[in-house]
Amino acid sequence: MNLKYWLGILLVLIISSTASYAGEATPLAEDPVLEQRLMAISEELRCLVCQNESLAGSRADLALDLRREIRTLIKAGKTDAEIMDFMVSRYGDFVRYRPPVKPITWVLWFGPFLLLIGALVGLARMVRRSQSSAAAPALDPAQREKAQALLQDTELPS
Amino acid sequence: MKKAMIPLGIFLVLVVFLAIGLTRDPREVPSPLINKAAPAFTTTRLQAADQPFSAKDMLGQVWLLNTWASWCVACRQEHPVLMEFAKTKTLPIVGLDYKDKETDGLKWLARFGNPYDITVTDKDGRIGIDYGVYGVPESFLIDKAGVIRYKQIGPVTEEALRDKIIPLVRELQK
Repeated sequence: MNLKYWLGILLVLIISSTASYAGEATPLAEDPVLEQRLMAISEELRCLVCQNESLAGSRADLALDLRREIRTLIKAGKTDAEIMDFMVSRYGDFVRYRPPVKPITWVLWFGPFLLLIGALVGLARMVRRSQSSAAAPALDPAQREKAQALLQDTELPS
Repeated sequence: MKKAMIPLGIFLVLVVFLAIGLTRDPREVPSPLINKAAPAFTTTRLQAADQPFSAKDMLGQVWLLNTWASWCVACRQEHPVLMEFAKTKTLPIVGLDYKDKETDGLKWLARFGNPYDITVTDKDGRIGIDYGVYGVPESFLIDKAGVIRYKQIGPVTEEALRDKIIPLVRELQK
């Protein structure tokens, strides 16, 4: 009897808690176009509190604030580029996952390709060298005969 | 023998780069606001909500804007350093109570002491966003013309005061 009573209370609590969760999620549905733009923009931005997360995925307090800020900017009719500028002017290029190409980021953008080219050149040289050295040792007739004899020796008796 | 040294050389260069990388704090993101005008803001004072405060009010003085909050653990570590620094009356220190309840902020100051000449509020963190604050405490040294000259990310330490902030303040105050 008592158990049923408590189970009933538990059920009510569970239902009411899920109901309140549903209530919190409404802003998403409010304006799907705006939310989609917000997601697209914030996917491109780094959350500075937890640097391995994007602004879109982070639950950090600052990320929430910045998403709210971006939402306001979208509502105010700002373009994506203007919103990016807003973020970069406050937090620097680091906030962008794809920083702009400019002298200070040249090493970042082109460094890997330089390394790749260097590695390919090195590889080509090594291959060429090993090919030329492999072609070098030619056998004179005496050695050839000896080798032949050895090979015949190892033949398994049938 | 010589050829065998080449990979070793490349490896050593890599080690040096990685070693330098290890000594750098990835949380210290250089601020694009250095040598730019400090963003304007107007807000209320923590102790007197009816008295507005503007960043403009500080024009003509070199001042330190220190962001803090009662919920911020590192601020507690920074606090005694600021208290000592405030005693020297080197420059006005403005505290920005970032994303905090007024009552909590006031309680914190009452309990640990108040190093600030003026304390102002940033309840929703909007001023913090304009200053590119991503983790309190952060401090901005602003010159007479209202230009940000230095940003301290994380707690103000005795070393930072001695080696960077105080010399820079002296220079800017000339």
